Amino acid sequence: MSLALLIEQLLNGLQLGVMLFLIAAGLTLIFGVMGLINLAHGSLYMVGAFACASVAAATGSFWIGLVASLAASAAAGALMEITVIRRLYARDHLDQVLATFALILVFSEGTRWLFGSFPLYLDIPPALQGAVALPGGGQYPLYRLAIIGVGVLVAAGLYLLIGRTRLGMRIRAGETDREMIAALGVDIRALYTLVFALGAALAGLAGALVGALQSVQVGMGEPALILAFVVIVIGGIGSIKGALVGAVLVGLVDTMGRFLLPKLLALTLPATQAGPVGAALASMLIYILMALILAFRPSGLFSARS
Amino acid sequence: MSPRETAVTLALLVLLPAAALAALLLGETFYVTLATRIAVLALAAVGLNIALGLGGLVSFGHAAFFGLGGYAAGVLATHAFNAEPLAFGLAGTTSMPAIWLAAVLVCGLVALPIGLVSLRTSGVYFIMITLAFAQMIYYFAISWPAYGGEDGLSIYVRNAFPGVETAKPFPFFLLAFALLAAALALFHRLQASRFGTALEAARQNPVRLSALGISPFAIRLVAFVLSAMVTGLAGALFADLNRFVSPSMLSWHMSGELIVLIILGGKGRLAGPLAGAALYVAFEHALGGLTERWQFFLGLVLLAVVFFARGGLVGLLAGRPRHG
Repeated sequence: MSLALLIEQLLNGLQLGVMLFLIAAGLTLIFGVMGLINLAHGSLYMVGAFACASVAAATGSFWIGLVASLAASAAAGALMEITVIRRLYARDHLDQVLATFALILVFSEGTRWLFGSFPLYLDIPPALQGAVALPGGGQYPLYRLAIIGVGVLVAAGLYLLIGRTRLGMRIRAGETDREMIAALGVDIRALYTLVFALGAALAGLAGALVGALQSVQVGMGEPALILAFVVIVIGGIGSIKGALVGAVLVGLVDTMGRFLLPKLLALTLPATQAGPVGAALASMLIYILMALILAFRPSGLFSARS
Repeated sequence: MSPRETAVTLALLVLLPAAALAALLLGETFYVTLATRIAVLALAAVGLNIALGLGGLVSFGHAAFFGLGGYAAGVLATHAFNAEPLAFGLAGTTSMPAIWLAAVLVCGLVALPIGLVSLRTSGVYFIMITLAFAQMIYYFAISWPAYGGEDGLSIYVRNAFPGVETAKPFPFFLLAFALLAAALALFHRLQASRFGTALEAARQNPVRLSALGISPFAIRLVAFVLSAMVTGLAGALFADLNRFVSPSMLSWHMSGELIVLIILGGKGRLAGPLAGAALYVAFEHALGGLTERWQFFLGLVLLAVVFFARGGLVGLLAGRPRHG
């Protein structure tokens, strides 16, 4: 095992973590502000990927596709909030789970209706093709590095937005006491729609970025959504900082587990068994991590609400 | 239960076997299989209804127990078929009572640690943790190659029950229906028992319950484990019904479907799971025949149920429960 390979795997883990952060940030913001559990968040991720892939195929430009993915997922999010989600804020979590589960069915089958069952493909933009040399030899794709950069920028942007702007102040106030800020004259309905659309746009951005690495297909949202759930449960639901820490932790643990566990097991087990046992264990690793963290901190690492 | 709800429950319990018998007499064995599917899914949902309906524990991971029950059937049957001994000197078996016992025990043993960790949390955390545990088992089943991995496991001959020709659809339906009836009787007894009252109280006001000297955690844990065992039994039957078990039985989609069954029928109502399963299978069959995109319409129906018919089918037929 060379140093370059190790660095490559660490970067892969970081890149996965950054993607998870983009999805989890919206999810945790929506829960923190509106108290809503949104299973259909993965569908918004899918909408972003499909919008980017189809617009990029039509115009030939990844960048126009990226803008389209932001617009389409924000619009889908706002539409979802106004037609369905708005009626769920006062309901219990069971109703929220059920209604957003229903939305997944509608979005998945609707997308399959529009685009067919075959996956779409999205090419990496020419400016980001190619690779960067790693210390210790070896190459790393520029595009994946760019994704990490986007994630860092978004995290910094969110930090400034929530901590330093008037909108962020209202979002924080909405988390603390929604009646009070409504009484102070803030249009809480519009604020909720805006927060929902913002979360949707982040998920759509993640979908578009990942779309160039994987195939764009119906059902791509749910595995990402479940990982994002693990992230926000680890980080503490409602906390953006928790989402960032949780996402990087999950990304690194998952990637490094898949890389290292089979090698570690090979020291004690015969090679024919070490591979499958290692792979099976590695796929369970983040859930074990989550169970361990919750056993000691039942409301996550950085709980916003206790 | 109100007299009207009792009447609805009894009517549903008579209608299902009557429909299966009618289908048999008309030579439409496909519909007997459909009735069996209703009975098995209803049994799984009765299990979940103990945790979700009585205890208010929104488990989004009950597919784990459904699938584990299925794998118990598949693994034991495969070992018996290949005449390979299982671990710890045990042999495989094709006897349904032994398989059911194994499925129930395995699910109880797995539900215990899951419950111990998950029940420390509540609300959204509980929903997500149960989901995550189910995903853990799902990914394990996919990446563990010994029992088919992603491709699943076929059961070549339906397992045997002494004195019953299980390979024929109607006798197998009767077996499934008998188990469903037994589970419903258990649910009914549970609801009326001291334990059921305590569970209800743990849902409505855990602080008062602990002030009375009863630990809500212990009550919930017992309910969760019991609930998992019933759902696991249904899983074993489901595997025998399809003669196939695959990781899809463990998927989060299955967990969602089990919740859907309960909500369609009526949460916490005795006949809710049966009404929900009947509605779901009828819907799947009727719409699935018309359009490939039936799940799109299922989604719309579910939204309508959440917004306009919160009591589900039993709520529509029998009115509101006395205390909800």
